Amino acid sequence: MTDNGSLQLRNLRLYFRTSAGVVQAVDDVSLTLPRGDTLAVVGESGCGKTSLARAVLRLLPRNVHTYSGQVWLNGVNVMELSDERFRERIRWAEMAFVSQAAMNSLNPVMRVGDQVIEPVLLQDKKVSREQALGQARETFRQVGVPSDFLTRYAFELSGGMRQRVVIAMALLTRPDLVVLDEPTSALDVLTQANIMNVLKRIKHEHDTSFILITHDIAISSELADWVGVMYAGQLVEFAPSRHLYLDPLQPYSKRLMASVPSLRKDKKLEFISGQPPSLINPPTGCRFSARCESSHDRCAAEPPFVDVGDGRLVKCWLFA
Amino acid sequence: MEQEILLSAKNLRTWFELRRMVFARIGFVRAVDGVSFELRRGEAIAIVGESGCGKSTLARTILGLHPPTDGEMTFAGEPLIARNRRVPRWYRREVGYIQQDPYGALLPFMNVRRILCEPLIVHGIKDPREQDQRIRAVLEAVKLTPVEEYQDKFPHMLSGGQQQRVVIARAKILNPQLLVADEPVSMLDASVRVEILQLLRALQQTHGLSVIYITHDLSTVRHFAERIMVMYGGKIIEQAKVADLIDDTRHPYTKALLTAISDPDPANTEKFKTIPAGEPPSLLHPPPGCRFHPRCDHRIEGLCDVDEPPEFEPTPGHRVACWLERAS
Repeated sequence: MTDNGSLQLRNLRLYFRTSAGVVQAVDDVSLTLPRGDTLAVVGESGCGKTSLARAVLRLLPRNVHTYSGQVWLNGVNVMELSDERFRERIRWAEMAFVSQAAMNSLNPVMRVGDQVIEPVLLQDKKVSREQALGQARETFRQVGVPSDFLTRYAFELSGGMRQRVVIAMALLTRPDLVVLDEPTSALDVLTQANIMNVLKRIKHEHDTSFILITHDIAISSELADWVGVMYAGQLVEFAPSRHLYLDPLQPYSKRLMASVPSLRKDKKLEFISGQPPSLINPPTGCRFSARCESSHDRCAAEPPFVDVGDGRLVKCWLFA
Repeated sequence: MEQEILLSAKNLRTWFELRRMVFARIGFVRAVDGVSFELRRGEAIAIVGESGCGKSTLARTILGLHPPTDGEMTFAGEPLIARNRRVPRWYRREVGYIQQDPYGALLPFMNVRRILCEPLIVHGIKDPREQDQRIRAVLEAVKLTPVEEYQDKFPHMLSGGQQQRVVIARAKILNPQLLVADEPVSMLDASVRVEILQLLRALQQTHGLSVIYITHDLSTVRHFAERIMVMYGGKIIEQAKVADLIDDTRHPYTKALLTAISDPDPANTEKFKTIPAGEPPSLLHPPPGCRFHPRCDHRIEGLCDVDEPPEFEPTPGHRVACWLERAS
């Protein structure tokens, strides 16, 4: 059911148990990302973007209520693998993760070089430390970190450099998929643009797929081939970036794009009144209908994910 | 018909002394180092810069929270900085402060009513009827209506956008003439961000307020302020009307800053940006001459790395501290 070399999510669900009830953080997400393409997942805070990343990578907290669906990578449904097999064969080897505020996740008492080669050594016992450091030097060059930084400690590096180190660490094992969770949101504008340049170059030179999770829509357009818009735990629109940035279809995506300020164009900014629903007992039917201008009777029922052609999928009754 | 000047700063410096082991002085962090500007009545001005450029210190100096090390400030013609380096008490009623993180700025154990009462009590407005009236008026102004519903709520019961409205209401309740907003929307989501900025803009225009809007996000500035000041390494390096600054950018640092900002456009994936390498200067040991010269592609050897550039005015109202402008 899958063509080789792409990432496919089928009915992915991740619910958390909390004292207030079950939080439906990721609810029935399905999408297909062709090999080597980059997907940007955008949405407001609390819409389930980070949970989606964690569900794909199986980096789960303890209070998981439901974790189901299929994640196909290179023709294998990785959801069927045991935790042990997943750790050996998939994590780092095929999928790597750059977590939010990753630059603060470096171990302060380890040299940067020893730290970044850890996944390589763990994954392949035959690789020597020297070989791994050689690879690390090469990857550092790609992301623009001087190679003598290998022997430094994290506190000696600036924020932008640390972020590059963490990106290098994720690339070192040559994974097919790298998930970047807000990779630049803690950095300054110039550093941000520099890191985006680095990621763009890697994307052009290698066959790596990225999933970029961000709330910053302008930044997401630097890298995205595909854009997924999430709202209240659900994917509400999935489309090639050339369509989504210029002509979004789903009412929420439309309003979200209209709220993005532009430096160069005089456009009228809009905001979305009201608040997203709670993910504990979310409303039945369309979750955006309470804030939607085009809502009508049909929205009381769950809208289908409609294929409107040209690779665009929209979860809205207007297109059914 | 230019409006009268509300606030002016001349050669303002705010330095922080750095000591090791209590006694040994290491030096000064020159967070604000010779800043001069003028703010007119009813004008919104944006101060833009990267983290560590001194913009928040400048805001806090304007608010009187940090006594300046040197320089002068006047408010509506009155000098602000007396010999003890503190701002007079009357000035505190004339400026409102909108903090960056609304949740951190609101005491969690006070309800909205109590939070808004604080400044009234401090400034001697003790009549419960007047307090009530003012609270109602200000909550209506920030559109937290019905007032009855919101005034008894605690901060944790409000969304981020509503919390920020309470912060704005608190800054506004003494009817100040100037609002200083330090990254008022950086903690908020895109859709709420626009709502809060439009609210601030509406308050500014209906009440004729002056606003100083501090941000690192240049893309919101166009929709919000009349004038921009760009800060780098503790100094204002370029200031102009918004359109002039964006369409006729002069300073190489401002150019880099503008290049770095994207508009959402699918074509971006194919474009690489030219961004100066390196890091912003240390404010403890700033480089000699122009503070941007180590990262600048256009630097003139023997000039930019030696002498600090003065402010040039290539077109009226557009001031640039860069040696490249000396011909004009």
